[in-house]
Amino acid sequence: MSKTLVIAEISGGRLKKTTLSAVAFARQAGQPFDILALGHDLGAAVEALRGYGAGAVKVCDHPGLKDYVGEHYTPTAAQVASAGGYSVVVCTASSFGKDLAPRVAARLGAGLASDISGVVRDGATLRYRRPMYAGNALGTMEVTTPVQAVTVRQAEFEAAAPSGGSSPTEAVAFAPSALAGRVEFLGFDEVKSERPELTEAGIVVSGGRSLKSSENFKNVLEPLVDALGAAMGASRAAVDAGYVPNDLQVGQTGKVVAPKLYFAVGISGAIQHLAGMKNSKTIVAINKDGEAPIFQVADYGLVADLFKAVPELTQAVLQARREQN
Amino acid sequence: MKILVPLKRTADPDNANKVKVSPDGSRVTTDGMEPKLNPFDEYAVEAALRLTENGKVRIAGDSLTVCTFAPKEASQTLRQALAMGADNALLYVTDDAQLDGDLVARALAKVVGDTKPDLVLLGKQAVDGDSNQVGQLLAEYLQWPSATFAMSLDLAQDKKTLVVGREVDGGVVRLRLTLPAVVTVDLRIVGPRAVTNHVTPASFTYGDTARFAPLPAIIKAKTKPLAEAPLASLGVDLGLKSRYTAYALPAARKAGVKVKDVQELVQRLRTEAKVL
Ligand SMILES: Cc1cc2nc3c(=O)[nH]c(=O)nc-3n(C[C@H](O)[C@H](O)[C@H](O)COP(=O)(O)OP(=O)(O)OC[C@H]3O[C@@H](n4cnc5c(N)ncnc54)[C@H](O)[C@@H]3O)c2cc1C
Ligand SMILES: Nc1ncnc2c1ncn2[C@@H]1O[C@H](COP(=O)(O)O)[C@@H](O)[C@H]1O
Repeated sequence: MSKTLVIAEISGGRLKKTTLSAVAFARQAGQPFDILALGHDLGAAVEALRGYGAGAVKVCDHPGLKDYVGEHYTPTAAQVASAGGYSVVVCTASSFGKDLAPRVAARLGAGLASDISGVVRDGATLRYRRPMYAGNALGTMEVTTPVQAVTVRQAEFEAAAPSGGSSPTEAVAFAPSALAGRVEFLGFDEVKSERPELTEAGIVVSGGRSLKSSENFKNVLEPLVDALGAAMGASRAAVDAGYVPNDLQVGQTGKVVAPKLYFAVGISGAIQHLAGMKNSKTIVAINKDGEAPIFQVADYGLVADLFKAVPELTQAVLQARREQN
Repeated sequence: MKILVPLKRTADPDNANKVKVSPDGSRVTTDGMEPKLNPFDEYAVEAALRLTENGKVRIAGDSLTVCTFAPKEASQTLRQALAMGADNALLYVTDDAQLDGDLVARALAKVVGDTKPDLVLLGKQAVDGDSNQVGQLLAEYLQWPSATFAMSLDLAQDKKTLVVGREVDGGVVRLRLTLPAVVTVDLRIVGPRAVTNHVTPASFTYGDTARFAPLPAIIKAKTKPLAEAPLASLGVDLGLKSRYTAYALPAARKAGVKVKDVQELVQRLRTEAKVL
């Protein structure tokens, strides 16, 4: 029977929630699956991974895998994949999975279906649906090699819930990389935030260039973000102007989000921005230009000056919250 | 320092909502959309230029080759890169439908074998297929050190190593690569201070985007070498590892309503959409 190998994403010893989208894929693909945990000091992450119904959780806990470097992870991942005879190897299309999956595919001679939004089984064949042209076309593709590599879009594969039970663990050997001496990990400058992660939040509030400064993001937008318990996002223009950190960028080339509620505040709605948010369940746009393209995808549009509307909205949300309690 | 930038022409990304699907669903059609250099590849060309020049002057002995696998018409796109400042161009003629990312990577590995660059700079993704894989595959096929999603490049004075800032979820990772290497670039690689080669004086400021080619450069580009050969001449196995069986347009979102004020918005979000 064909099997799927899910490569877990673990950072600083902590299991990342992204992994659960790849697990969700594995369940949908409809064949037994194992999970591979790569890293160092993996105790807690491995424990967490045992609860999802995998046949086994394979573990390579090695100092050489402490920080993610593609060259360091690829040989072990590829070795486990080929030794176990997996027909599908899957990662979530986070920056981790986007980097790792093609490398493993190359090692395995596997074709790759990247950043897919859906999978359908047709007999022995898996068909993958993937957004192209910034989400303006959907392709259906097949991988024609015996082994297939896949990355799944987190916003389209809802995090798998634990299934109970406890998968057995199995230690696997570390395969050193011939390139190790030519790639040196120097450091990770992490952007820490108290707010929910963009790709995991139920509500996202994004601001655009029109906010004009990082102070305005702080004083005007953040109170709304926090009143809603939302994650904060931004357009590329706001990121490029340095108002907020890069990793808040929503769009074709930033994060793809699909929360139940998305606010686009002072964002024009360029194609590249829409690609990252137009699958949100409910979209609200606040823009002073009634002709802005964002209104073409918004369920609720408010033509207004954000500097007036956002503080009002913040108050109204706080008021609504009080009434609910 | 010799740099190779593989690049792709894509249908105008700013009008991506104009793509159509043929009635039988077998093809995406981009009729009427202007072919443009994939923006990330434009950034790769810009970054390559910044690595190989002193201010605005090419460093003696350095060179930049651009390369594409595409139909003949893509020579236009290569000329655009030549006008920006690339020295020569290679066009391996093929049909887009005869390619997948894996074949592009294997063909590139051959080109690298022939041209022996110190660095291959690619875009992180071609914005038509949005696949984001060629650089990673190429690095594996070459067994070269690599870094994806570069937002900064710092080339050591001895040109033996390159420090790359990689834009990843939650922050920036820094890697030091020993050349030769493969790097894919992200949007912010064209920031005024994103690329350092320790030759261009720190006082020299670049713009915050890829350079526009002035008219004389466009004219000069017409005489720069552009070699054309069939893809098959590289001697790679032309087999593909994946194929598209159908295309469709996404369901259009229903146009919503305009609300008159914040009160109405909140009320509708609570009672109609039930999301507050
Ligand atoms: C290769 C490439 C990749 C890209 N990737 C992305 C991406 O991933 N994500 C992304 O977002 N963009 C991306 N872009 C950029 C994109 O094309 C747009 O330039 C960008 O999204 C515009 O951001 P903006 O809406 O904040 O700014 P603008 O387009 O300048 O819009 C500002 C809006 O604010 C409104 N406004 C101004 N003042 C007020 C006010 N006081 N109150 C209310 N409204 C106001 C204006 O009416 C306008 O609609 C990419 C571009 C390229 C070339
Ligand atoms: N047909 C092609 N010819 C040359 N380079 C390509 C081609 N397709 C992709 N590339 C390069 O690979 C990068 C990543 O593309 P992709 O993996 O298809 O998203 C692009 O930004 C280009 O630098």
